[in-house]
Amino acid sequence: MQDPDDVLKRAADWRAAGKGVAIATVVSTWGSSPRPVGSQLAVDESGAMAGSVSGGCIEGAVVTEALEVIRDGRPRLLDFGVTNELAWEVGLACGGKMQVYLERLE
Amino acid sequence: MKRAVLDALIADHAAKRPVALATELSSGRQCLVYADGTEGELELAEDVLGTAHKALVDDRSFTAETANGAVFILVFNPPLRMVIVGAVHIAQLLAPMAALAGYEVTMVDPRRAFATDARFPDFTVTVEWPDEALERIAPDRRTAVVTLTHDPKLDDPALAVALRSEAFYIGSLGSKKTHAARLERLAELGFGETDFARIHGPVGLPLGAASPAEIAISIMAQVTQVLHQKRAAA
Repeated sequence: MQDPDDVLKRAADWRAAGKGVAIATVVSTWGSSPRPVGSQLAVDESGAMAGSVSGGCIEGAVVTEALEVIRDGRPRLLDFGVTNELAWEVGLACGGKMQVYLERLE
Repeated sequence: MKRAVLDALIADHAAKRPVALATELSSGRQCLVYADGTEGELELAEDVLGTAHKALVDDRSFTAETANGAVFILVFNPPLRMVIVGAVHIAQLLAPMAALAGYEVTMVDPRRAFATDARFPDFTVTVEWPDEALERIAPDRRTAVVTLTHDPKLDDPALAVALRSEAFYIGSLGSKKTHAARLERLAELGFGETDFARIHGPVGLPLGAASPAEIAISIMAQVTQVLHQKRAAA
């Protein structure tokens, strides 16, 4: 189902090069959502991305949070959807809702 | 995620070993779940372990509610596979499309003029006879088999092996007339209506496809449709 070739390998390469890295994973979706459960996005400390967790709707917000996770190492669960203020800003145009788990690669 | 966990996931992928990553969302603690055991700091209760094993078989990631809160089970299975019989022009377009969609592609064609590395520089091409190749590859329920030669002596032996396997998709290029004749020959080999219903022929979704690229799109679209219909029904 997942192909770690792209995302996880890139994450490992970044880490091996001494960069801070966070991994975002879609853990649940409701209604329409562009990427299925299990989709992953790796982010390095400069904000570079590999993979995706949406059709580009929430990546910006996820990267912002990912930089925080890289700094403090605390994993978190992000909610995106119409009830979420952040989602209003970044816009899940599909009207769906999703949860994204963010963790730092140690 | 610990580096050791990531390195194990990458090594498992290279070795084509099915594995699930279990993450306790409240703590971030993780373990890897294999068919024959687990590795890592997170301990899973017997029932959660059972659902993780089922997730591997169903090829479906999900969040399990446990006594200790939510545990996300992320499934990493080896790639889906596609066997293409007939290293013909359509195959040259279908193979890269399938690879982009995440399939590991094997091309089978005993006709050496077709099965050349120059025509398929990025793919495994075997010149084995189709039934021998298919028996060796052993299609499972994550394998699609597509025959493109419309030559009975090449397509039929491949179809015979595919029909005795669990392949989730079997498709066969050829007109309605060619396909009807094909089913008559397969009937002589002892196959019946249940088997015939598994063969998508003429192959591909009816897009009005004419060029080799368009036909490849129609085949890839149908394989994708069948994959998800079967997953939804599972």
